[in-house]
Amino acid sequence: MPDSQLTAAHNPALLHHFAEPQQQRDAASLGTWVFLGTEIMFFGGLFCTYLVYRRGYFGDWGAASKTLDVTLGATNTAVLICSSLTVVLAVWAAQTGRRRLLIGNLLATLVLGTAFLGIKGIEYKEKFEKHHVPGASFQFNNVMIPGHPDQYANPSHAEIFFALYFVMTGLHALHMIVGIGIFIWLTVMAWKGRFTPEYNTPVEMGGLYWHFVDIIWIYLFPLLYLIDRHP
Amino acid sequence: MSAHPSSSLKLYFGIWITLLACTGLTVWAASLDLGRFNAAVALTIATFKAILVALFFMHLKGASEKLSKLVVVASLFFLLILLALSMSDYATRTWT
Repeated sequence: MPDSQLTAAHNPALLHHFAEPQQQRDAASLGTWVFLGTEIMFFGGLFCTYLVYRRGYFGDWGAASKTLDVTLGATNTAVLICSSLTVVLAVWAAQTGRRRLLIGNLLATLVLGTAFLGIKGIEYKEKFEKHHVPGASFQFNNVMIPGHPDQYANPSHAEIFFALYFVMTGLHALHMIVGIGIFIWLTVMAWKGRFTPEYNTPVEMGGLYWHFVDIIWIYLFPLLYLIDRHP
Repeated sequence: MSAHPSSSLKLYFGIWITLLACTGLTVWAASLDLGRFNAAVALTIATFKAILVALFFMHLKGASEKLSKLVVVASLFFLLILLALSMSDYATRTWT
């Protein structure tokens, strides 16, 4: 007992209800993974809706998907992958006690995350201009179904595609905004020198969340942008 | 963490390059006419990328805690139940 009390006294980051730092870290990790499990089910409902309507309205959805900008979508995928690299480098820097590298990578992650949202904003603006936002002013007339030059896409079926496009990418963007908030907090804490090789759990857990949001986008990109692209 | 810091850095950069290459691959594959297999190819590449991120960036590979892995497997299992049972219903009805 005296030993563990000594450790507790010397490690201000160790909360009193944990026996040792490793136990505290494992508890945080398990909690984060359970949270990510609920997130899988949260997005899972939307992916299920997507599957049902894509099966039913494949041609109309292919036409709607073709109006999205693949270059912007692929660029955003690359931006998020780069941000995942800076996150994993930040975790590595925290665990090996490299404070400047940690702060640099956290800032790079913030820049990349903001760039992602900026590109998303450009895409959203284009949707408003083309009247592709579901609602009273939605227009999707005289758009051919890919592979069927004699057939026009049904506007109300395409509207369901754009509704799901906005809900799924919007929910994803909301997660990005939350992630940016978390990473601003991590940057401030890193600046104050709170993270050491012994205590860096917040960086690691923030990283898990960021990677999860990246994985969601890895699925959203082909599902929304690449339904029926070939000429 | 790994005992060899430089080797884990090499791994991270290798995964990063692979993920970028897979993004290019999936865009290119979408431009080919593979019939019904376009969706399968796109989803296979996406799943490969997701597995790389989960195993190496989220450190699931080499994680000491079995509980975290159990949570991941359980989550995916429930997602599978959601998708498989819903689709087995919709796929056996006439779409109206």
